Amino acid sequence: MNERPIVAVIQFPGSNDDRDAAWALGALGAEAATVWHGALQLPEETGAVILPGGFSYGDYLRSGAIASQALVMPAIRRFAADGGPVLGICNGFQILCEARLLPGALRPNHQLEFVCRDVAVRVESTDSLFMSRCEIDQELVIPVKHGEGAWYVDEGTFVQLAARGQIVLRYTEDVNGSLGNVAGVVNEAGNVMGLMPHPEHAVDPLLGSADGGLLLAALVDAAAERTLGVGADRAGALVEDVT
Amino acid sequence: MSEARGNGSKLVRATVLVRPKQGILDPQGQAVQSSLEKLGFPVEAVRVGRVIDLEVEAKDEDDARNQIALMCDTLLANPLIESFDVRLAE
Repeated sequence: MNERPIVAVIQFPGSNDDRDAAWALGALGAEAATVWHGALQLPEETGAVILPGGFSYGDYLRSGAIASQALVMPAIRRFAADGGPVLGICNGFQILCEARLLPGALRPNHQLEFVCRDVAVRVESTDSLFMSRCEIDQELVIPVKHGEGAWYVDEGTFVQLAARGQIVLRYTEDVNGSLGNVAGVVNEAGNVMGLMPHPEHAVDPLLGSADGGLLLAALVDAAAERTLGVGADRAGALVEDVT
Repeated sequence: MSEARGNGSKLVRATVLVRPKQGILDPQGQAVQSSLEKLGFPVEAVRVGRVIDLEVEAKDEDDARNQIALMCDTLLANPLIESFDVRLAE
């Protein structure tokens, strides 16, 4: 059996951060398995799934709308329903919202500009597996690069989500017009997460920040626990080894 | 307009209008409005939506409407942020 947990990285036409995600996963002790959007099943022994950033299907109709109906999506739904960890980054977040695996929708940035820079996000909830290496109120520096990142839900839903700890990351400033400055949310079960910032671009201090590694290492921990039956901290040493 | 098909169904032409829901921020509409204002037009409340023309094979107009409503719910519109309106061609 493979000693590194397998994390499936889904490739849609127009994905462009799939290789960055795969590289980051490798650096954090996982083995990335690239999965084409037409696949009907995830690889055996898949311990976690990443839907990477990019512009799937050219953002036609609405960002993530067409990818949310891709052939691979039923397999991802089954994996998520079984408690498998699923992380959507940027376009992946948009896809998970369109697939209604996560609450809300991503709208065009209110300033009508593509925003591409490092931003600070504050940890709001550590209940989910993705936040196992973070502390409440911790600030992480992770880059964003998106034109449609203004997350929206109706007010009633927003209050419910906040009360249930499903709002996990908020920008420390208004980055794109996102409701409540929300940068990342999880589903009710806490095993599906989406965020607009790109943790896979922040796993090496040489590139400005390694804070994204905390989220991805937590995903790798969960993948290892699910498929290899080993506990957390497995990726711990590796985070420091990256440089 | 509709065309008869051999199997008892017909091809119904329709237009689907998808709009940002009221109260939802529409940055595209704001940008278009600001550009129109710069051109000297006294415009207000500009909103930008989407038009989808399609032809659907249906038993009758009700069937066509039902099918298109389902298309809107599953893909063409996001009910959280958009409303839609279906018009069948005369």
